[in-house]
Amino acid sequence: MRKTQVQVRLNGVDTEFLCEPRQSLLEVLRDELGLIGTKEGCNNGNCGACSVLLNGRLVNACCVLAVETDGADLVTIEGIACGDRLHPLQQAFLEEAALQCGICTPGFIVAAKALLDREPDADEHRIRFWLAGNLCRCTGYDKIVKAVQKAAVEMQEAKS
Amino acid sequence: MTITERPAYKVIGTRPIRPDGVEKVTGKAQFGADIRLPGLVFGKVLRSPHAHARIISIDTNAAEAMPGVLGVITAKDLPAASDEVQELGEAAFNMRELSDNILAAEKVLYRGHAVAAVAAVNVHIAEEAVRRIRVEYEPLPAVLDVRDAMQSDAPLLSERRFTRSMGKVVSEKPSNVASHLQFQGGDVEKALAEADAIVEREFTTKMVHQGYIEPQTATANWNADGNITVWTSTQGAFAVRGQMAEVLRRPLSTIRVIPMEIGGGFGGKTPIYLDPLAAILSRKCGRPVKFAMTRAEVFEATGPTSGPSIRVKMAAKDGRISAVQMDMAYEAGAYSGSSVGAGAMTMLAPYEVENFRIDGYDVVVNKPKTAAYRAPGSPAAAFAIEQAVDELARAIHADPLEFRLKNSAREGTRLVNGMPLARVGHEECVEAALGSAHYRSPIEGPWRGRGVASGYWFNGGMQSSVVAAVNPDGSINLIEGSTDIGGTRASLSMQLAETLGVPFDSIRPFVADTDSIGHNDVTGGSRTTFASGLAVYQAGMDIRDQMRARAAKLWNCTQDEVVYEDGVLRCPSDSTREMTFKELAHQSARTGGPIAGKASLVARGAGGAYGTHIADVEVDPETGKVTVLRYTVVQDAGTAIHPAYVEGQMQGGAVQGIGWALNEEYYYEEDGRLANASFLDYRMPTALDVPNIETIIVEVPNPGHPYGVRGVGEVPIIPPLAAIANAIADATGQRFTDLPISPRRIVERLHKLE
Repeated sequence: MRKTQVQVRLNGVDTEFLCEPRQSLLEVLRDELGLIGTKEGCNNGNCGACSVLLNGRLVNACCVLAVETDGADLVTIEGIACGDRLHPLQQAFLEEAALQCGICTPGFIVAAKALLDREPDADEHRIRFWLAGNLCRCTGYDKIVKAVQKAAVEMQEAKS
Repeated sequence: MTITERPAYKVIGTRPIRPDGVEKVTGKAQFGADIRLPGLVFGKVLRSPHAHARIISIDTNAAEAMPGVLGVITAKDLPAASDEVQELGEAAFNMRELSDNILAAEKVLYRGHAVAAVAAVNVHIAEEAVRRIRVEYEPLPAVLDVRDAMQSDAPLLSERRFTRSMGKVVSEKPSNVASHLQFQGGDVEKALAEADAIVEREFTTKMVHQGYIEPQTATANWNADGNITVWTSTQGAFAVRGQMAEVLRRPLSTIRVIPMEIGGGFGGKTPIYLDPLAAILSRKCGRPVKFAMTRAEVFEATGPTSGPSIRVKMAAKDGRISAVQMDMAYEAGAYSGSSVGAGAMTMLAPYEVENFRIDGYDVVVNKPKTAAYRAPGSPAAAFAIEQAVDELARAIHADPLEFRLKNSAREGTRLVNGMPLARVGHEECVEAALGSAHYRSPIEGPWRGRGVASGYWFNGGMQSSVVAAVNPDGSINLIEGSTDIGGTRASLSMQLAETLGVPFDSIRPFVADTDSIGHNDVTGGSRTTFASGLAVYQAGMDIRDQMRARAAKLWNCTQDEVVYEDGVLRCPSDSTREMTFKELAHQSARTGGPIAGKASLVARGAGGAYGTHIADVEVDPETGKVTVLRYTVVQDAGTAIHPAYVEGQMQGGAVQGIGWALNEEYYYEEDGRLANASFLDYRMPTALDVPNIETIIVEVPNPGHPYGVRGVGEVPIIPPLAAIANAIADATGQRFTDLPISPRRIVERLHKLE
């Protein structure tokens, strides 16, 4: 199958790749670009393990064709920390023991970032509503919600 | 909240950040699907569209002729398997059946059963090639319901299967009932005749899936010298090696299994499915081959847990449970081996019951072979027993927790198999539940109700092997072979730090492959923090002894004169002689060479554990929706090594159980098609479906472990099914005996549409 050339800004870096029209963004991120932090749990938009930011909007990378992203700004889990300085969400997930197996964790962190970027003071119900697109089977969600609440407070304090 | 009777520790009981945490929050941790190798090619499986059919012929020519296809295999490419039964961690596997489940030989026994596999240069070509394989089937009548399958005129899955009981064949004709087990004690008939109150009901639950977010994957490389390497996410690298050796008929030492990070297992990642396919195709095409299941394949072709049918008759006399009579039929799936035995042995364990008779049946049906799922067999059994207990308590106007306390098992109470309990904490759990803020709060308002339930799990021991190497700078590399599913790198390192009196941060744990450490059984049965923890403790004591010998050498005294305490070596008779762990580590080269502690053991003394749950619900009589308003988990952890991860187990298990109670089920069409093989239709709880799960950790130390550890992973999934059902009964006045208690069931019952 003939490949198409696609240019994106990926985690702040101008990136070019070739892909087949049938390849999802998830497949290209993982198999062509080596960004394995975006996970595949269902490949049909139900689990949120492949959550990424596309022009600042939260999407499931499995439901986006890679060719559609030409010209887009993409952020994956690999673009959340700044070198070895973790994002407050990442730090809060560690401190609150908000992961067990860890497979859903990148998706939750990207999704939670999308929420806090637009609603820095989201309350518990809003957090639970927003994260309902991400499945976790280990934690029962309690510690994830608390980690997001903790990060929200820290991000607010850092701003003021 | 923690209620404890254990001594104070320095490291145990704290909440450090797990050693593998940063990798996992930054997306760098490599799970099963993340392995990338030079020359890697991709595999896909052709699966049966029928629930039951004979394979007449398989034509692979068109697939093999496709450009980019590197190999196609069928059951003919598997070596003939032995009929041996092997104990592989949480369950026993018959090797011929295991092999037949990898690739069907004569018949397909469920929809999704693997028939052929392809390797190709990319996954899209592999998918297309699979579609070009032509299989001719002779469809056969299928049997999907466990009670139907037990009838003498039911379609037979195998002509070679006869019912066995106590090791003997007891059926004259072939049967779908693979085995019949019995436990009995006392005089049930007499106790029933003298009872004050009797409850009699039949309960059914549906097949449900573990629902781990990471689908099964396997990558294998078969070298021309006959050595095989496998990269996979599994609960037990050694269990994968053992099964591979049997299926491929290769010596164990020629197979190296490299464990990747595991994205959830809950028992479902103990059997193998894809690994032999990857290995055989790799041998055929000379390149490493990688398989990854789709979510639909995970639902249709891995191992969910049984949906049993359970008949209960329970009696009370003078406020005590006086008799229990049970008939439990568990579906095993396509091959024998359900969790009926564990269900039968655990469900009465919270209580002292003198008179009981339990008949259990292991029954094959045309559905995927079941696998372990968190406390296998126990949640469905507790769904039955704990509702019966609830009804009896109501019948005699007793508080359901007081009734449980009065009937509680304690040290010395015998399980149904005759084994006496060591020190256990059921009474402590029920008392903590009674005293909790949750239970003392009122539950008010229409259509609201409260339910409670208890549960028990034996907890596993089994084999563990660890090595702890002390570095000259005083840091330690802990090499273990137990898969870390939810924080055991942390819980094992903490036990080593406690034993040696060194900082947690000075220990770097590593989960090694099967070439690099002695045998370790699966991470399952809630055994790792207990059993590998015991090995870590012994390895730590080994290091302490070696260090005392070194110090004695330096100080010209005997080893007996050297004391090791809190990471410091001392000679009490001479106060000038004192060295820290770090100082002595620095001198290892000149005092006899590297210091490494090791331990390989079969862990005895796993302490059984109990939990008691409290659920408040609100039922919407118009829509049938059940809202969980408040939920509390009380559990005896023995000693909670890392309380945050103990709480996490309690919360996660409770939410899985809530999903099982309210939504989750394998929905089969009459023709054996699974109608809901996706996360959209197989509805697991989301963050919005559950409240914060409150936890009360009770610590009644396990006398069988130096730090009192009991397993914690399984127990919390046992009570929720019944706790929710009891709460719904309290809210609606209606007893629901079939799971899931979905909106449809509730509306039909409340509006008498049944």
